[in-house]
Amino acid sequence: MNTVTDQGTVAQRRVHMTLRVNGEEIEVSFAPYKTLLEVLREDLNLTGTKHGCELGECGACAVLVDGRPLLSCLTLALECEGRSIETIEGLANGTELHPLQAAFADLGGSQCGYCTPGVLMTAKALLDSDPDPSPERIKEALSGNLCRCTGYQQIVESVQSAAREIREMEHKISASGARGGAA
Amino acid sequence: MNTKLNVVGKARRRVDGRGKVTGQTRFADDLSLPRMLYCKLLRSTHPHAVIESIDVSRAKNHPGVHLVLTGSDFPIPFGIMPVCQDEYPLASERVRYVGDPVAAVIARDEKSAEEALALIEVKYRPLPTISSPEEGLAHAETRIHDYGEQGNIHRNQAHEFGDVEEALAKSDQVFEDLFFFEGNTHLPMEQQASLATVEGDGKLLLSSSTQNPHYLHRQLSRVLQIPVPMIRVVACPNGGGFGGKCDPAGHEFVVCKATLMLGRPVKICLTRQEVFYVHRGRHPVLMKFRTGVSKDGRLTAIHLQTLLDGGAYGSHGPASTFYTGVLTPLTYELPRFKFEAARVFTNKPACGPKRGHGTPQPRFGQEVQMDKIAEKLGLDPAEFRLSMVTKSGSLTANWLRIGTNGLAECIRQVVDRSGWKQKHRKLPQGRGVGLACSAYMCGAGVAIYWNKMPHSGVQLLLDRSGQVTVMCGATEVGQGSDDVLATMVAEVLGIDTNDIRCVTGDTGLTPVDLGSYSSRVTLMMGNAAVQAAGRLRELIAAAAAEQLATVPERVMLSQGRVFNAEDPGKSMSFVEAVVLAEAKFGTLGATGSYAPPRPAGRYKGAGAGPSPAYTFSACVVEAEVDEYTGLIHVPKIWVAHDIGQAVNAVHARGQVIGSVYMGLGEALMEEQAFRRLPPKLSSALVHRIPSLLEYKSLTSMDMPEVEVMLIEDPDPNCPFGAKEAGQGPLLPVMPALANAVYDAVGVRIDELPVTPDKVLRALELKRDGKNPRVGPERFPDVPYPDPVFVLPPGEGGDGNETKDPDRKPAKNRAEVAAS
Repeated sequence: MNTVTDQGTVAQRRVHMTLRVNGEEIEVSFAPYKTLLEVLREDLNLTGTKHGCELGECGACAVLVDGRPLLSCLTLALECEGRSIETIEGLANGTELHPLQAAFADLGGSQCGYCTPGVLMTAKALLDSDPDPSPERIKEALSGNLCRCTGYQQIVESVQSAAREIREMEHKISASGARGGAA
Repeated sequence: MNTKLNVVGKARRRVDGRGKVTGQTRFADDLSLPRMLYCKLLRSTHPHAVIESIDVSRAKNHPGVHLVLTGSDFPIPFGIMPVCQDEYPLASERVRYVGDPVAAVIARDEKSAEEALALIEVKYRPLPTISSPEEGLAHAETRIHDYGEQGNIHRNQAHEFGDVEEALAKSDQVFEDLFFFEGNTHLPMEQQASLATVEGDGKLLLSSSTQNPHYLHRQLSRVLQIPVPMIRVVACPNGGGFGGKCDPAGHEFVVCKATLMLGRPVKICLTRQEVFYVHRGRHPVLMKFRTGVSKDGRLTAIHLQTLLDGGAYGSHGPASTFYTGVLTPLTYELPRFKFEAARVFTNKPACGPKRGHGTPQPRFGQEVQMDKIAEKLGLDPAEFRLSMVTKSGSLTANWLRIGTNGLAECIRQVVDRSGWKQKHRKLPQGRGVGLACSAYMCGAGVAIYWNKMPHSGVQLLLDRSGQVTVMCGATEVGQGSDDVLATMVAEVLGIDTNDIRCVTGDTGLTPVDLGSYSSRVTLMMGNAAVQAAGRLRELIAAAAAEQLATVPERVMLSQGRVFNAEDPGKSMSFVEAVVLAEAKFGTLGATGSYAPPRPAGRYKGAGAGPSPAYTFSACVVEAEVDEYTGLIHVPKIWVAHDIGQAVNAVHARGQVIGSVYMGLGEALMEEQAFRRLPPKLSSALVHRIPSLLEYKSLTSMDMPEVEVMLIEDPDPNCPFGAKEAGQGPLLPVMPALANAVYDAVGVRIDELPVTPDKVLRALELKRDGKNPRVGPERFPDVPYPDPVFVLPPGEGGDGNETKDPDRKPAKNRAEVAAS
């Protein structure tokens, strides 16, 4: 790791590893003290993930690691080898927005947009585990994501709307699947 | 809502919505450039001291360090207002608050820069510190600045509109109340960041989180001594501003200077702690209201005195000082008004503009006092207010011209929707409702520096492909500025907002707009955009008329088509019409600009307060107070906002809810408060809680449901009648909450925030049979100057100062002289 030489300089021996980000294996080398946030933003140029405090207080830097929301400012990138990392850049399916993204854009879930990536990733983890959350459950899940613009109400409405949309899509898929099975 | 509109007022995805939800929006800290270096600032650890020496030699020799700058590199001061050029990018002789920047290190990475900061040796000679306006008044000999009114008074304002003492003496009752509003801060989620570089053409480019690129542009030229055209400022989309990114900031000058010296790009991003110290937020204000009332419940006069804790620098101080008074008469008919204000320097981070700029404090006091007056007179607080709301088209005692005024309808709607009549004074002990009203401006009537030029300019380009590019210096801070711009153009040209490309906030490309402050963008940029689009529309109509077998006046543009209004079968696409216009007139472009009307007042100081239009809001807060813990739970808030015309139904509602959110945070918990370190640690005045976790703000769990009513009565001074929505709806929330607490448990908390400890203290006073009130007990002697005396419009005044000792209108004096 870092060694302080007699001149007071810091020798930064970089580590080299493969990270799995948004389904892609990426080789990256970075100073070992770097957080996942820093490696994403500075070494992989994935600046969609934001920072508001770098102390784990605001939720702006939330990404999904193995499907669970994690504050990337409190996570060493070193810890993430072999784990699945999802960031805002991977949320859309090609050019098609994820239902959460579309709902946030259409229903006022995003104003300045700075907290939005962290909120969206946290909301995605919620909907992945609970496809029909109550407003209370949504508020609870997002209670670690600070937003200064929206007053949260249109965020909650956006998540509810996206959840409905996803359930309807899945219902259609399973219905067509069922018909296919009967034929 | 106006049914003739196709784009304005509809619920639409905002034009910049996609970028925000995909993470593609590039905030300042998301930018990077090849060969970029990083900057860190060393900040003062003393609240007030002389810098005896700075030794940067060790820092300069630290590996990775390219440059160290100190105050001697910046001989020219800056300040947003021409009268307050009192701040240096890096302090050279004096530091005035803990956090004042004194040196900068530019290095290959942030870590090396941070290490080098620790190697800088600064010798300070501590000076006595001023921690409050009261101390500042009492210790005039410890001057924080060598300019200002006297001692530590930075700025005074005193105006009297009609003889207020006479009116109070004749009133049936005079209510005297003291209030205190603690300071709080913007807390934008984005920490300020700036990236400076010298472009290929040799000119300086600064990309920054700024709300006001135009003012920053001018200040950079002044401080760096470079002609304005050699500098380009790009305002990146702001990750929230709320006023905190209005002032030019020391770090912006530092990275520019460094890039000019090194020839390499230099970036800085402030830490969250630094954001708290840069501040420029809500002034702590002590207020005294003396309000006269007649038996039948009419206001006769208000005498308002305010005392502002300005912090260490001028910032927007003169404007802030005015705003603690000038908008007070907008809501209720008030024949006479006197207003005295003083802003005092203290050794704390400078205060400045925060959402509502200077007006939430007096509105809190005024609206709580209204509640007390209504109770004393045995009147329903809503009916009391309704009976005296100001009228559309009227002039206030201080010569503000009110345009459309939906306040009465706002009150009726919140009363109706909240079930006010069934709830007020009728809910069980521990539960209550409170009501309050407010007003706000749609843009300051005068620019920060005196000039006769437009406040907003728009340039519009059309090409043969049908591409529409609209350019304006306005700044997207999250409020939806770009969407408003696109909406105005789309409505006039009959196209969709998605057909428009917005280029904004770039002084190298876009016409000047003064910035995102004072809720001015929708009105001023909007009017400029409508004018520019109208000019192009005329060209299109003229070119298309012949093929449509009609005259230009009967050509209609709507939904991407260009029609003969009398024979809609005759039509062509927008693109076809643009091709005809380009063939007929050549390359298509138009500009539009807007300057506000002249203020009605002519007296010295009449420039602060006038606006082309005002919004009005009313709010009911329901509160549950736990008498054992003092905790306040707010289940629901109803708010009605007189918006004129919503530009985008979704986002107008979002602005209102967001305002209510911030207001409720200020009402319940937000405090930018300071504490003294123990003497062995220098007794420094430090921020009590410079972190997002400890500076309490509402989370998703705390935020109640907000029911929004938008009152749409288009204002003729506004584009399609649209007024502001981003600041006004914040204002009534704090007093409505305090009034709800009174209704719930019968205690008056005349001091914000209304925290559990204050509630418990007041409840204890109540149990002991004492006055159940927590709030300021005394107002210090402030050496206010003699007021500028102006006769109100209702007493024959002409808007000028009256110097006649009898205070009679000039006309009457002439008659007396003639007789």
